Amino acid sequence: MIDTRGLTRHFRMGGQTVPAVAGIDLHIEPGELVALLGPNGAGKTTLLRMLTTLLPPTSGSATVAGCDIRTDPSGVRARIGYVGQRNSAGENFRVRDELVTQGRAYGMGVAAARERADEVLGQLELDQFALRKPGTLSGGQRRRVDIAMGLVHRPALLFLDEPSTGLDPQSRANIWEHILRLRRELGMTLVLTTHYLEEADRMAERVVVVDHGRVIADGTAERLKSELTGDHITVTTSTEADAAVARGVAERFSGEVEVDGTTVRLRVSPATRVLPEYLRTLEAAGVSAVSADVSQPTLDDVFLALTGRSLRDEQAA
Amino acid sequence: MFRDVRTVFSREFAPVLREPLSLIFAMGQPLLFLFLFGSILSGTPGLGDGGPAWQWFVPGILVMMCLSGPMMAGYSLLVELLGGSMERMLVTPLNRTAMLVGRTLKEFVILLAQAVLIIVLAVPLGFRPHLAGALAGLVVLVVFGTGLGALSFLLAIRSQPSGQLFWTLTQMVLYPLMLLSGMMLPVEYGPAWLRVIAAFNPVSHIVDAERALFAGRFGEISVLYGGVAALAIAVVGLWLGTRAMRRGV
Repeated sequence: MIDTRGLTRHFRMGGQTVPAVAGIDLHIEPGELVALLGPNGAGKTTLLRMLTTLLPPTSGSATVAGCDIRTDPSGVRARIGYVGQRNSAGENFRVRDELVTQGRAYGMGVAAARERADEVLGQLELDQFALRKPGTLSGGQRRRVDIAMGLVHRPALLFLDEPSTGLDPQSRANIWEHILRLRRELGMTLVLTTHYLEEADRMAERVVVVDHGRVIADGTAERLKSELTGDHITVTTSTEADAAVARGVAERFSGEVEVDGTTVRLRVSPATRVLPEYLRTLEAAGVSAVSADVSQPTLDDVFLALTGRSLRDEQAA
Repeated sequence: MFRDVRTVFSREFAPVLREPLSLIFAMGQPLLFLFLFGSILSGTPGLGDGGPAWQWFVPGILVMMCLSGPMMAGYSLLVELLGGSMERMLVTPLNRTAMLVGRTLKEFVILLAQAVLIIVLAVPLGFRPHLAGALAGLVVLVVFGTGLGALSFLLAIRSQPSGQLFWTLTQMVLYPLMLLSGMMLPVEYGPAWLRVIAAFNPVSHIVDAERALFAGRFGEISVLYGGVAALAIAVVGLWLGTRAMRRGV
């Protein structure tokens, strides 16, 4: 569905050339749900803007939905849907009118466009807002309108740029419900950007971590987490002597053990299954643990392991 | 291409059809000037060639409307550029030139309707337009307005992402153009330097041309100057506007 080779985009800022996207090779199969994850300014949006023909690449090439973004941008446009970061419906226009315009823009006749507009309004539970202007809708409702816009022409590939940013948790959950349901029903390929770690973790089947315009990790959230950080068990004992024994036992379970005073930390997968057995073995060796804890990594830990920076701190900054 | 122009035009025009009164509200300023300022002027002797002041004043009001309307068109595009609706359309297969042409066409229709409305309202006040001249005057007016609209679209595109440039430039250009065109008071009463500037202001030539045309004086040289000025603005505006649109917003 998507195939990029060395895709690069430079921007000129104050006389300097800044690479926003620096040579990305990405292959996405039909039907995948891929999240592009990275801090603000990582190049996610620039990448998306190139793939959707809004921005020509400085170098490199890409095929999207079977068409080359350089030589056949209108072919790409006819085949993809795009939900941008900002709201798609014009402030002056009624929601349904905008949906009809959208259908017309993709070559539908007036009657077909009207019929299709009502269909997508229904799919996104927007029927009662058909005659309203976007300004009178809530943030979550507006976002649903944006998604409806992207679906009018039944694209096989839908790009979503920060689909849930700026929404309250309830609306975010609701938007996701819609996105996932539509994907099940329509079998679309979805490519989205997000900086919500939990979303990428829970929703995406494949996470592509982007930093400084490059792909620094690519895989399922599970795989990234287990390969790059892994689960950990942390046990404290009452004395340092006990800790030394606990370390010896731990080394039978794991190749990575650290001891700090009375605290023993070992990397094992899956930690929740290993913990009871480890505690029993400790007991048998005559050591009883004072406390035990399991930590499972988040995608933030993955990002930290890859870059030495925390994604959360980057966003707070 | 034609299809796409129609799509864009009907999108732009739908809100007008749904709320036709907005057309009149949008004309607030020219209407106010027509009724209030015009009524004061109508008692002032010695405007233009000594005929009724309305003959002199109404064409000026029409040109004034022609300046502010298309500028607002740029504003509406700017809002759509800063919001996401323009971006959304740029990802569709819609022809990019059609996006500009469709919008310009809407401005053209609106302007024509508003101009006719002003003329119709001015007739009971004492305005007596020459029929063929008025038609020719309307043509010059909408050609000028179309060009201005396209220029204002161009300005909106160039003003991204802050939109600041748009405001600064329209305010800095619009009022001097208006004041130095003699559309509300005759420039002839001003000092020499002001008359020189006015001579270089294309708008003052268009105002003169409109006055001549509405009076039925087709042979006046000002008609030629005004017509050429309007046409030049339209050609330059449409050329630069469509070029900017094709190059990517």
